[in-house]
Amino acid sequence: MKPETEAELAEIVSRLKEPVRIVGGGTGGILEPDAELSTTGLSGITLYEPGALTLVAQAGTPVAQIEKQLAAEGQHLAFEPADYRELLSTTGEPTIGGVVAANVSGPRRIQSGACRDFLLGVRFVDGQGMVIKNGGRVMKNVTGYDLVKLMAGSWGTLGVLSEVSLKVLPKPETTATLSIQTNDLDLAIQAMSKALRSPFEVSGAAYDPEQGQVYLRIEGFSESVDYRSEKLRVELAEFGDISDNSNSEALWTEIRDANTFGGMEGDVWRISVKPSDAPQIVAKLAARKTLLDWGGGLIWALVPSGADIRARLDRFQGHATLVRANLDTFDSLGRFQSENAAISALTKGIRKKFDPRGIFNPGMMG
Amino acid sequence: MEMPQPNPEILMRKNTVLARLRQVLPSDAIIHDEAETRAYECDALTAYKCPPMLAVLPSNTQEVSDVLRICHQEGVPVVPRGAGTSLAGGALPTADCVILGVARMNEVLETDYDNRFIRVQTGRTNLSVTGAVEAEDFFYAPDPSSQLACAIAGNIAMNSGGAHCLKYGVTTNNLLGVTMVMMDGSVVEFGGAFLDAGGLDLLGLICGSEGQLGVVTEATLRILRKPEGARPVLMGFSDNEVAGQCVSDIIKSGILPVAIEFMDRLCIEACENFAKAGYPECESLLIVEVEGSEAEIDSQLSKIMEIAKRHDPVELRQSQSEDESARIWLGRKSAFGAMGQINDYMCLDGTIPVSSLPYVLRRIGELSEEYGLDVGNVFHAGDGNMHPLILFDANKPGDLEKCEAFGAEILKLCVDAGGCLTGEHGVGIEKRDLMTHQYSPQDLEAQMQVKDVFDPSWLLNPAKVFPLSVSESRREAQIAAE
Ligand SMILES: Cc1cc2nc3c(=O)[nH]c(=O)nc-3n(C[C@H](O)[C@H](O)[C@H](O)COP(=O)(O)OP(=O)(O)OC[C@H]3O[C@@H](n4cnc5c(N)ncnc54)[C@H](O)[C@@H]3O)c2cc1C
Ligand SMILES: Cc1cc2nc3c(=O)[nH]c(=O)nc-3n(C[C@H](O)[C@H](O)[C@H](O)COP(=O)(O)OP(=O)(O)OC[C@H]3O[C@@H](n4cnc5c(N)ncnc54)[C@H](O)[C@@H]3O)c2cc1C
Repeated sequence: MKPETEAELAEIVSRLKEPVRIVGGGTGGILEPDAELSTTGLSGITLYEPGALTLVAQAGTPVAQIEKQLAAEGQHLAFEPADYRELLSTTGEPTIGGVVAANVSGPRRIQSGACRDFLLGVRFVDGQGMVIKNGGRVMKNVTGYDLVKLMAGSWGTLGVLSEVSLKVLPKPETTATLSIQTNDLDLAIQAMSKALRSPFEVSGAAYDPEQGQVYLRIEGFSESVDYRSEKLRVELAEFGDISDNSNSEALWTEIRDANTFGGMEGDVWRISVKPSDAPQIVAKLAARKTLLDWGGGLIWALVPSGADIRARLDRFQGHATLVRANLDTFDSLGRFQSENAAISALTKGIRKKFDPRGIFNPGMMG
Repeated sequence: MEMPQPNPEILMRKNTVLARLRQVLPSDAIIHDEAETRAYECDALTAYKCPPMLAVLPSNTQEVSDVLRICHQEGVPVVPRGAGTSLAGGALPTADCVILGVARMNEVLETDYDNRFIRVQTGRTNLSVTGAVEAEDFFYAPDPSSQLACAIAGNIAMNSGGAHCLKYGVTTNNLLGVTMVMMDGSVVEFGGAFLDAGGLDLLGLICGSEGQLGVVTEATLRILRKPEGARPVLMGFSDNEVAGQCVSDIIKSGILPVAIEFMDRLCIEACENFAKAGYPECESLLIVEVEGSEAEIDSQLSKIMEIAKRHDPVELRQSQSEDESARIWLGRKSAFGAMGQINDYMCLDGTIPVSSLPYVLRRIGELSEEYGLDVGNVFHAGDGNMHPLILFDANKPGDLEKCEAFGAEILKLCVDAGGCLTGEHGVGIEKRDLMTHQYSPQDLEAQMQVKDVFDPSWLLNPAKVFPLSVSESRREAQIAAE
């Protein structure tokens, strides 16, 4: 099934008898057995106003097409949607609907916000084939409940997105990256915290334990980037030698896409924590390989197939998402961490209202 | 603005409810005397007043939970209240409700600079959150003009914004977690001191839900390090349209100021009289502020002023001192108060795409002539959030109604231009009946279904946000069930 218009999509959904799996670019590589409902027929940028920092696109529009159009005006999607094709060994073209449905946000999350923070409006078709809109295309909007946030990260379990509107931002003129050498995770976290506590607007703070390198990103107009880099060097002098990294763009793309785990044997987890908790969490994980982003607030971990990370971490503040594994492991451990009873009841209640027949991506979010 | 008839059956049980509340709250936390409940009869939308049946002022989450459990069992509607500065009538009581005020809950529970968050009780005022972290050079970014008075509780319920949200975002972008008490008294934690809790984004749903889903008692907020410095520049233009074009050109140039504020002649004069900020005499004024070190500010402002010069400004002046900057902002943030000295006013809050600014301003001018009421415009131009202030005389029969009709027309104009009814003040009762202009019946149904899940008995702030006719069957079902 591949509708070409929103009306056709609504028509198809209202007639569905069996559950479907909603597929954008399919780069999430999610392989449940249900029939496929493709969104790629709903493609194209509907409106782009650089002077208002807004873009509206149909959900099946390839992210690459959007980024190209934005780049022509010196703008970009500031939340840095990731491309997990290498990590997940998938092919296809990531779509903006897929990115929104997964609330995919990269290293700039800590400074600019997540995908959900840039999502201004949505149109979607609910489980009964009703077309629903929420939000709009303006940057400030508190008219009624914020279903926009609800749809971001709902993984296609509440409805099929047909159109999204996004806030875009000017692309920074220059990027610099400072690196600090250390093999001590505690020190790495402290260095990142100190950088993020400074007024120098660090827009990326990651640590690669294998390389023993802390990376700090500074973006903006070139004089300002020079100035802030200099200030940060002074501020962080206690952590040892600080070097410049000449290859900023490639480096942050690699961190964003976590492609260092691509092709390696084992499951990949993504764990969101309070940054200062990271050292003790990493110790408990006993992972084969880790990568830390968001100043330590995001831990990527490669572990042996089937290992139950949540059991190892026991009760901790945060959440662990299984990103890559075989179907059996997904089935037994679940993609998302189970929620407490109260939240789970609310979630189920909302799902039941939006998709009463349970036809969208069954099993996806528990 | 019509409100539902109070339920006589509830009014008759006032003493029973009171007796039960006395078992869980200290006596000074319960207000039941008719003279005293009057203190809660309205919020900042003072045209509408109605004293509640009772008001309670709990001190902690447990007490809030006890109150809600009792009200739930007794079938009594509850209207949560922070500082009562809502301009939309969000905290307006009904005669049969209990006002649940969180003003006594104003403690800081935890500050953590390494992880950059603060946890507070939600009765704490917006400005005093910044006050609690200022010594470490941190601040809480969302800065509504009412920040001295308004509480984090109301900020979360309305998803409030401020002048500096062009760069820092509004409340929802700075909220990491909440403790919320559901109508049945159960206490639920959403989010926390980490980013993007897995599962559905219920935190995002709660923010901006106008006290209809639960009572928020504690909040984890993102705090940020203060920039090294900030400096505004004043730009005067002889024409609104040119000012609008200048805003768009600045944004397109790749510079993102922290704030771009707009005022028209009426507001400029009122604010100047009030704050002596040194605003120029002109048709329209932009206040553009950038942040950073002295050198960074110089370089950004020179780029911005270069753009402004292309639009023939009648005045172009950087602030020369901290004191001058403070006065420039005091003038802007006092705009509502300053206009209030001229006459009674109604403040609107629609948002439009920045590109439609010239058209919408022109149209508002035409409507002003038609209705014979003056309008001052002051707003967050960078994000298109307009605040037309319609002046009227509350003592003149018919003026309020005329003003409301004019206001409704402006808000519809905003929606038709591709915008929305409210950018930061919320729907409350004020824009309730206009919701059908922006949303289809299905759109509203989807939103009400969310309330059905969180508050199946529709007891929390039930007469707000949705047109009464649209929410009627749900509210009536509750009364029938008793
Ligand atoms: C925390 C996190 C965990 C992730 N985990 C995984 C993972 O386990 N496996 C994985 O392969 N990728 C994962 N990703 C990556 C993500 O799926 C893709 O990067 C992104 O969705 C690419 O878009 P796509 O068009 O290829 O999406 P697809 O792969 O086609 O779809 C991704 C998800 O979005 C839904 N979806 C797509 N389009 C729509 C639409 N229009 N309306 C409603 N729902 C839609 C799909 O049903 C599916 O659930 C994860 C991302 C994050 C942030
Ligand atoms: C002079 C002036 C200037 C203003 N400037 C701005 C501005 O720049 N930006 C802006 O966004 N707003 C502005 N406002 C509007 C107002 O200040 C905001 O809406 C503010 O957030 C309201 O906070 P409050 O604590 O006073 O809430 P209240 O008025 O008490 O209540 C507002 C809403 O929140 C709900 N609520 C209160 N407490 C809770 C709780 N604990 N749990 C759940 N729901 C609750 C209420 O039921 C009601 O619906 C201004 C108002 C005035 C009078």
